[in-house]
Amino acid sequence: MFALRPEVPATVEVFVDGAPVRVPEGASAAAAVLLAGAAAIRETPISGAPRLPYCMMGACFDCLAEIDGVANRQACLVPAAPGMRIARQRGARVAFEA
Amino acid sequence: MTIDLAIIGAGPAGMAAAIEAADLGLSVAVIDENPAPGGQVFRGVERAGGDPALGADYAEGLALARAFRAAPIAWHPATTLWHLDPEEGYLSLDGAPDLSARRVLLATGAQERPVPILGWTLPGVMTAGAAQILLKTAGVVPAGRTVLAGQGPLLPLLAAQYRRAGAPPALILETTPRGRRRAALAALAAGGLWAGRHLLWKGLGLLAETRAIPRRRGVTGLRAEGRNRVERVVWEGGSAACDTLLLHEGVIPATHIPMALGLEMSWDAAQRCWRPVTDAYGASSHPNVAVAGDGAGIGGWEAAVAAGHLAALDAAQRLGRLSAEERDRRARPWLALRRRALALRPFLDALYAPAPASIPDATIACRCEEVTAGQVRAAARLGATGPNQMKAYLRCGMGPCQGRLCGPTVAALIAEARGTTEAAVGLYRPRAPYKPITVGTLARL
Ligand code: FES
Repeated sequence: MFALRPEVPATVEVFVDGAPVRVPEGASAAAAVLLAGAAAIRETPISGAPRLPYCMMGACFDCLAEIDGVANRQACLVPAAPGMRIARQRGARVAFEA
Repeated sequence: MTIDLAIIGAGPAGMAAAIEAADLGLSVAVIDENPAPGGQVFRGVERAGGDPALGADYAEGLALARAFRAAPIAWHPATTLWHLDPEEGYLSLDGAPDLSARRVLLATGAQERPVPILGWTLPGVMTAGAAQILLKTAGVVPAGRTVLAGQGPLLPLLAAQYRRAGAPPALILETTPRGRRRAALAALAAGGLWAGRHLLWKGLGLLAETRAIPRRRGVTGLRAEGRNRVERVVWEGGSAACDTLLLHEGVIPATHIPMALGLEMSWDAAQRCWRPVTDAYGASSHPNVAVAGDGAGIGGWEAAVAAGHLAALDAAQRLGRLSAEERDRRARPWLALRRRALALRPFLDALYAPAPASIPDATIACRCEEVTAGQVRAAARLGATGPNQMKAYLRCGMGPCQGRLCGPTVAALIAEARGTTEAAVGLYRPRAPYKPITVGTLARL
């Protein structure tokens, strides 16, 4: 659970799992996910457990998300940009389904 | 075109090195994964450098970032180094065109030491450093009941910053064992008290500022509990409701690239981490590669600034722009600054020495592949003698983080199970690409 300090202007609108959220300039996509109050940014490929960003400095890869249609991006290293679409990444990507 | 010096990382060491090297007439390029200079300690400093909640120390990064911006260098933000050939000086980059450089300076800094406790993968649990980055880059603070747990200078600093920002934590759980204070004070009395007095003074100020926040000392058996996110933090003899749990057990050098390059490393027993072997100027075991800042051993930002200047002076000497005598003469003030900045280290290292692993079997050691401590112990007893064999047994270290988060834990567990030391067990040997890259990036080769 995170909130914006009242004196910080939120000027950039992005979409987290389709829902609009306003974040300040300089915020990362991972910060937007946390501000949106999302329950998870990804679900693990092994057990499907929910995860949110853990390190915010590019080391842990728990922030992997689908950003503007591109999967497996480190959301903590991607600056939020107007209109950006950040979607939860669910489990392993399936190459082929019979 | 081949440039003189490529610097990886625009934190205090990288920025200082770039400024000095450009001043000495070297052609310099700096790359960093982040969109702005600052590194982790000065993350977002151009945006938030004047924020009173973040404090005067953070504001000092502003002058450094401004001088860096003004220096005549090639700056490549949002760029990742995914391969380095040190023989040829060839850097493969994602986000900018590849580079050729006569000398390479790794200023890749530190990462937080992993804190493998039960429940540390639950949403709502993150590192204190991560939470501080949210505050610096976006003015984001935790809402609800926040618990800070662990040890190290970052915890009182973050508690004070949250308090100034109107979001004080509900509870601080200190894991420093009882009795450690006395040993640390003995280390302080043995030297460093006078030279390190300004740092000590700042530390005492932070403790005074956060005195009103409830705190438990000597906490053991820490774990996070909850169904789909953290709801409670539990320790030996207590528990508390919790919406956000922020963990911290100090920082360790980011060894990924030095290890992948095969640089000579040494085990730092005081800080319980690996560091590349360097001389006073940051030169590594490879003749074309230097390492400066926390990536060469944890010393903090002032020591990193000094190390950046020293590495730049050495680069100029090696590239024939400066005589050895001139390099040594110009190095003197930076060596003195570094000595002052490191004066408190023996005290901090003794006070905040990480406790040896007593990790319950059910704890996740490798977050990516969801491998538990018990699995690692069992495989170690079966015959996996080191982290690299452990990959074949359990896939730990083979997920997207490439072992950055589980490396120290897996090594400590193997050492424990086999009755040997972390120094003897060693670390994962990472390979390029240093970060996952797309097929598209590869196809551009
Ligand atoms: S949150 Fe750890 S890599 Fe992004």
